Amino acid sequence: MTQDLFYSICGIALFGIGLYGLLIPPHILQKILAVNVMGTGVFMVLIATAQSRAPAIDPVPHAMVLTGIVVAVAGTALALSLVCRIYALSDDTEQDAGR
Amino acid sequence: MSGLSLPALLPWLVGLPLLAAAASFAGQRWVAGRWLNAVGAAAQLALAVLVLWLLAAGDSGLGQRYTLGGWGAPLGIDLYIDGFAGLMIAITAALGFVLSLYSCSYFTEPDQAARFWPLWWLLMVALNAVFLAADAFNIYVTLEILGLAAVALVALQGGRPALQAALRYLLVGLLGSLCYLLGVALLYRAYGTLDLAQLGQLVHAAPLSWAALGLITVGLLLKTALLPLHFWLPPAHANAPAPVSAALSALVVKASFYLLARFWLETLSAATTAQGLQVLGVLGAAAVLVGSIQAIRAQRLKLIVAYSTVAQLGYLFLLFPLFGRPSDTAGLGGAVVDAVAYFIIAHACAKAAMFLAAGNIQRAAGHDDISRLHGIARRQPLSLFAFAIAGASLIGLPPSGGFVAKWLLLNAAIDAGQWWWLITVIAGGLLAAVYVFRVLNLAFTDSAEQPPAAEAQPVLPRLLPLGAFALAIITVLLGFNALWVLEVLDIGVPPLQLAADGEAL
Repeated sequence: MTQDLFYSICGIALFGIGLYGLLIPPHILQKILAVNVMGTGVFMVLIATAQSRAPAIDPVPHAMVLTGIVVAVAGTALALSLVCRIYALSDDTEQDAGR
Repeated sequence: MSGLSLPALLPWLVGLPLLAAAASFAGQRWVAGRWLNAVGAAAQLALAVLVLWLLAAGDSGLGQRYTLGGWGAPLGIDLYIDGFAGLMIAITAALGFVLSLYSCSYFTEPDQAARFWPLWWLLMVALNAVFLAADAFNIYVTLEILGLAAVALVALQGGRPALQAALRYLLVGLLGSLCYLLGVALLYRAYGTLDLAQLGQLVHAAPLSWAALGLITVGLLLKTALLPLHFWLPPAHANAPAPVSAALSALVVKASFYLLARFWLETLSAATTAQGLQVLGVLGAAAVLVGSIQAIRAQRLKLIVAYSTVAQLGYLFLLFPLFGRPSDTAGLGGAVVDAVAYFIIAHACAKAAMFLAAGNIQRAAGHDDISRLHGIARRQPLSLFAFAIAGASLIGLPPSGGFVAKWLLLNAAIDAGQWWWLITVIAGGLLAAVYVFRVLNLAFTDSAEQPPAAEAQPVLPRLLPLGAFALAIITVLLGFNALWVLEVLDIGVPPLQLAADGEAL
């Protein structure tokens, strides 16, 4: 098994773990973290792809990952601010606020 | 054609709303300036009309491409416009203009207006960029801008139900985007390019292509809210402010459908199978039935309209089985694409009119619980009239745009020799009649135990019912101007495909 294939499979596994975390546990913070884990999995597949055209390293997937990180930060921030707002409007933290 | 070149205008379709977003953010405390947003929307409409006119006047009959920064594919990012994209941009700009005018008098609180306008313009940026994108990764970025702006707009309504709907919408959107991005990553790994046209030539049936197609499809279906992935749509669309609901139902869900059509019928068509196309059609037919039945059972006016969107989106998916697997040289064109594109436009106008009318009724009555809306026709005649016309278009009664759209769809189904889809189209129309007449019936009857309360009725600004009415009129006018719309659609379709269609007919 080549190195880049190994990392790709790990990335897809991370994507799967994140998917489980998003769909199954009821807590909203877990879901938001799970989305980030899924994103990391995708980024890992992309980084491995950059490596797969050895000996040269392809910079395009790196640029995609950088953009993806920015998007992930923005999405996470929006989700957390929505959670804070919902929390402020209610006194029950363990609500299943979304899925 | 001196000086005016079409490709050079394309970046402005994205740049103009982006400038407006920045300007409305910088000048957000300047309350009197909110009418400038309507001027901006008029400018966007003028630009879209100019682009569409240049596209239709071009004698080559080909799509137009603009290479940002002169880099060109595969390294650079290209913008591409053909008839389908041009019409989507035109309908976005036209609805954007009417909805902007409406929003000027809907958001009268300075705080609300200051938060609304930058997000609204970002939504326009993202929609135009999605329709112009010729690059798979660029589509991911534009989808995320679209998703984040739409979620923030839903959350503007405040209150727990809207915020929870927004949060659910956000998580579903992020899940959809990540599935899409993983699909794009697999495509890049297999073929080494992100340009849609280049991918279209390289893609062949292989396990990696199938995996990528599956992931992209699931991601975009989540965003298009096709049954059974529609659970997030009704709360999000029903709890948003009225102009936002209208834009979400009329335009935003169509953007991801547009991408699905591009991927399935153009870029990745080599990896699709006839069974896969049929499955999408069956899911669409199921969505028509289930969405309509849930609309009939809903107890809130805006929920009825939102479930109606779930149902109407189902019709669009008949595109896939009726179009079939295209040959190698085929573009996105022909009678079936005409029918579906026309359906998108007719539904966009009708649904926007309906959401604005429902929003007016909700604002005037203070609620939208339909069991307490007896006799609303007397107090909100113009809004209810708009609701009725839009409803007639959804049912498919002549002479509305919805009638022409369904007629084209029925013809396409018969031409394709797949008559069983006719049952769906006709049953969907009857079910739509049930939920539209349920509202109209209540609106025109005075309830015995509840005399119409005259005291606590706020007076609506005149522009609010007029906005809904204007859209309803456009819906009817569409029914009379079908031919021109269909001509524009054939731009960018290779002539081979047209000839083949001619023989089939």
